[in-house]
Amino acid sequence: MKRVITRLAFYTVTGVVVFMSLLPFLWFLDTSLKTELEITAIPPVLLPSGTLHFYRSAIERYDLLHFVRNSAIVAGATTVATILISSFAGYALARLRIRYKGLIMGALLLVSMFPQISIAGPVWRIMQSLGWLNSYQGLIIPYVTLTLPLGVWILTSFFNELPRELEKAARVDGCSHMQTLFRIMVPIAAPGVFTAAILVFIYAWNEFFFALLIMTQKRFQTLPVGIALFQGEYTLPWGEIAAASTVATVPLVLLVFLFQRRIVRGLSAGAVKG
Amino acid sequence: MTGVRLSLLTRERIFGVVLLVPCFLFVAVFAFYPILYSFYLSLHRIILGLPRLGEPFVGLTNYRDLLHDRIALHALGNTFAFVFISTFFEILLGLAIALVINRHFRGRGLVRAAILVPWAIPTVVSSQMWRFIFNDKYGLLNFLLYGSQTSSYVAWLADPAYAFTAIVAADVWKTSSFAGLLILAGLQVIPDELYDAARIDGASAWQQFLRITLPLIRPALLVALLFRTMDAFRVFDLVFVMTQGGPADSTNVLQFYGYKKIFAEGLMGYGSTISVLVFLVTFVVSLLYIRVVGRRFLQEMG
Repeated sequence: MKRVITRLAFYTVTGVVVFMSLLPFLWFLDTSLKTELEITAIPPVLLPSGTLHFYRSAIERYDLLHFVRNSAIVAGATTVATILISSFAGYALARLRIRYKGLIMGALLLVSMFPQISIAGPVWRIMQSLGWLNSYQGLIIPYVTLTLPLGVWILTSFFNELPRELEKAARVDGCSHMQTLFRIMVPIAAPGVFTAAILVFIYAWNEFFFALLIMTQKRFQTLPVGIALFQGEYTLPWGEIAAASTVATVPLVLLVFLFQRRIVRGLSAGAVKG
Repeated sequence: MTGVRLSLLTRERIFGVVLLVPCFLFVAVFAFYPILYSFYLSLHRIILGLPRLGEPFVGLTNYRDLLHDRIALHALGNTFAFVFISTFFEILLGLAIALVINRHFRGRGLVRAAILVPWAIPTVVSSQMWRFIFNDKYGLLNFLLYGSQTSSYVAWLADPAYAFTAIVAADVWKTSSFAGLLILAGLQVIPDELYDAARIDGASAWQQFLRITLPLIRPALLVALLFRTMDAFRVFDLVFVMTQGGPADSTNVLQFYGYKKIFAEGLMGYGSTISVLVFLVTFVVSLLYIRVVGRRFLQEMG
């Protein structure tokens, strides 16, 4: 009897947690498929008519695809650059006999803790003097800087777990350090590299603060900036906001459902959030 | 292997430094240098819209002004209140979530994925979602509380007390799961034998929790706590989207106020004092964090 009660409690709690986690997203998804009238209806309409009207409107009137493209470019380039640079650094920190490892790891951790505002003015001025406000590199560079701690921590911890014998064998066979890194280490550490890539991509796809500062022209703005600044003539265009939000979220929900095990492992391995 | 060569160790060190150079360059130029630069800016009067005034050195004038800036002090208070309240609930809920999913059951992966969804969603998107749920005319919350009686509907985000609570609630929703996962990592390393032994000795579930679970997950709890604290200090997206710091500055927080001063009002010099203040506050907390996590990491590396 007691076991039945504990099990019941367990399933209830789990159910509530899952429901609450998904509810706001599902509600927005629901809203995006409604008509103008259904959105403002009281009591709320649960089953929408399933029109794609707001998606069309978000694309035609609010340039949704443009924001998606900018986000994909910035997040994609950030991921590639960060992973490459962190593979170098992670290998050096995990495997080579160099000094001040603790200091380097600590300094990186410190960077991941900076509130963006403490570097916002200077970063803006640097980008302005380089003429890189409203350019992809103007945003990619701060993103790479801010995601490096995450990348280096995760990759260092993954490289650390790899058996040392393989490398030794490679070195004995006459591989250079560089060959050992790219022919042996990176391929076996592929799951770790992939995990770090997912986390870096999510960070860059979601970031708002720097995107708001650097991209002042609509032409270069990313999805979060677009979604935050959606304005209607008299009222907020909730249908379009919901549609754009769904478009911004679906890739992430897919990533999470496909790779939850990796993501959890990455988060606890690095224990760092960029 | 011929000729005069550097020792193996020296060559390895040089190679290591070469590998670290790109990482070092990014972090030095775009993270550490800007910190110092912020301090430099805070000692000058710089107004973005008026370049003709030049950028005169004004010493600590900006800091003196900051001490007399009521809105800034209010934002400081709000930030601390936000950090303490939201972190408290996030750790509590995170612990609950971790305890629930730390067992084997069918569909555990799916549950874990669902719990990760709030963490993965862009904060701007979740802010819009909550803004919509708190909407005064057709928000879900008003309907759940008052049904179709639209005359009783509350404009949550237009009321100072409710608006602050709404921001906290949205943040707790978004980040408890992350805290939960960090705590879960700590739970999973506790060997089952400990619980078996305790059961044989007749310990109740509550005693097991207090005497075994809690002490052993303390490091993980501390990590989650410090992470959430640091992250809560930089709350911005929620405020920008949901309230713009209002009503009556009830949700104004330091990062938002600094942004407004520097970029909306163009007060680069004065605004930078806020950047420095925020940095110093978080620096102290992060040193504490690095002592805790850094040491553990070094032990792992042997």
